[in-house]
Amino acid sequence: MKHDFSELRLDRVTRRFAGAGGKAFNALDELTLTIKRGEFICLLGPSGCGKSTALNCIAGLMQLSGGSIWLDDMRIDTLPPEKRGFGMVFQNYALFPHMSVARNIDFGLRMRGMSASDIAPRVARAVKLVQLAGQEHKLPGQLSGGQQQRVAIARAIVIEPPLILMDEPLSNLDAKLRIETRAEIRRIHRELGRATIYVTHDQDEALSLADRIVVMKDGVVQQIAAPPDVYSQPANLHVARFMGYRNVLPLDIEREEGERVMLSGPDFALTGVRKQPLAAGRTAGRAAVAIRPEEILMGEAPGGINTIVARVDNVEYAGRDSLLDVVTPSGTVLHVRATGMHALGDTVRVHVPVERALVYPGE
Amino acid sequence: MTTASALAVRAPFDRTLLLVVPAAAFMLMLFVYPFLYGLALSFDPKEGGALGNYHHFFTTDNLWPTIWTTLKLAMPATLINVGLALPIAYKMRVKSRYQRWVTTILVVPITLGTVLIAEGMLTYFGPKGWLSQFLQFFHLYEGPIRLTHNYWGVLISLVISGFPFAFLLILSYITGIDPVLARAASTLGADPKSQFRHIYLPLLAPGLAMCFCLAFVQAFSVFPSAVLLGSPAGPTRVISIAAYEAAFEQYDYSLASAIAMIMGFVQLIIVAAVLSLRNLFYRGPVSGGKG
Repeated sequence: MKHDFSELRLDRVTRRFAGAGGKAFNALDELTLTIKRGEFICLLGPSGCGKSTALNCIAGLMQLSGGSIWLDDMRIDTLPPEKRGFGMVFQNYALFPHMSVARNIDFGLRMRGMSASDIAPRVARAVKLVQLAGQEHKLPGQLSGGQQQRVAIARAIVIEPPLILMDEPLSNLDAKLRIETRAEIRRIHRELGRATIYVTHDQDEALSLADRIVVMKDGVVQQIAAPPDVYSQPANLHVARFMGYRNVLPLDIEREEGERVMLSGPDFALTGVRKQPLAAGRTAGRAAVAIRPEEILMGEAPGGINTIVARVDNVEYAGRDSLLDVVTPSGTVLHVRATGMHALGDTVRVHVPVERALVYPGE
Repeated sequence: MTTASALAVRAPFDRTLLLVVPAAAFMLMLFVYPFLYGLALSFDPKEGGALGNYHHFFTTDNLWPTIWTTLKLAMPATLINVGLALPIAYKMRVKSRYQRWVTTILVVPITLGTVLIAEGMLTYFGPKGWLSQFLQFFHLYEGPIRLTHNYWGVLISLVISGFPFAFLLILSYITGIDPVLARAASTLGADPKSQFRHIYLPLLAPGLAMCFCLAFVQAFSVFPSAVLLGSPAGPTRVISIAAYEAAFEQYDYSLASAIAMIMGFVQLIIVAAVLSLRNLFYRGPVSGGKG
């Protein structure tokens, strides 16, 4: 397999499944994406969004129903997985239970017919990279979850694949180990300088690891962007919801001034920034505004714009701050992250900066 | 004080253990007692000392060779059954449209008794049977076909009746192996042949040994088909026939018990040998991690 590749290109990759009642549905619908060498890509979405299907299609474990996959100018979607030579880390690790750690790691090299004298130094290097020295002769069953995970990673990278595929590799680890291993994966990716495609449903993981995030829903790509853009400028309401914009309020459109949109609710008015074209000519039509809980601030805004008066209805203490549910007189609920003490029933004023109230077409 | 704390530490008697009592009683009455009775009886021959029956068995020309006769039938039958069942079960491990049908057809003989199989084979494989008539009608084979009342008849019937067991057993072992392991191997460069050799075969080895033992024990105790389909006076005079003759033709229960003990001992040796080979292989969970 070639290692000096410069890009992997997915061209309208589609995978159909027979669904309930024999009706076919697209688990993956025309995924088009170009991945450069050295890039770390996260496929992000809720379960059933097609992200694992995409990974399996790239690995060759699933046939495409349409489209093509190219490694530079070589078409690879017709090759069986063993001819593609991509390293893959599985969600449940898929370590060979009857082989020692060393045998697991050198499996790919043995399959390539490499001589024992060539294998030894490469295995030693991989073992060192994942910090498993001294564990080589144990069986996978004798290792902890975190160690098994690292064996799985070592096994995938020792063959020096052009592309490493990871399918929710951290989902079976506890919270502390997850954060440690996350940093480890990023470090290994940097040291290898190859491309990584990482599937996850956890936005924190995607934000911290990726160079680019591909947000998916129902098999369709919603947004492809760098983490800060996905975080602060979601392409649509689905992405916004998934990225933690817990407040999605349906409102009426009063007026549009360039990017700015003036909206009105039953007992408050909001001015936000348009992120998607709104239905033309329907100024009275409904729009949806998306706001993160931590971007709603306590107190009156300078000039009074975007200020809402509400009553504290619920308080969830979260240590550094609290998550409040506040209710306007007409019954609109806002989720607010706020420091300081707030008692149930208090009347508070909250406001949101205009540029952090994102306006999308209503649903 | 000491007794009090000792009492406190001891786990309370789990009364559900009493549920084992009926089964244990059954075992005692229907297996352990008859076995011990037979064992004692075998050391109490009609004539000679305590080992008289055993001495008689190993010095009589129509008795001791029955061990080889039986082994010559049981070993090939077992090897054929396990050897055939393995590739077919491997193919059947993935769900497909025809998987259920093939499995059903392969397992049907399990519902037929050995006697029924023997009857069917006599008409089908006999000198004037369908097979012979078919071959002669199409001039495929003109010579006489002798597949009944000899060694081959018994072997074929052992395969027909033993294969479904081997197949079902191996199928359950194979489907217990997480298919993601083979997929992981494929991403590491293992073609289907290597996946079988390096992943499935080593993980199956203990199960295959188990399957071999069960199939062997079943084949070694062949009796009805050896009588009905073989030539019980000659090449298929298996050890169970010798025991039957001693018991019900010579009315020498003591000698029959001794033959039965020898039969059990031979089975025990083979099973122990195969199971000790099994210990050379990995035995443990066959999934690839936390799951």
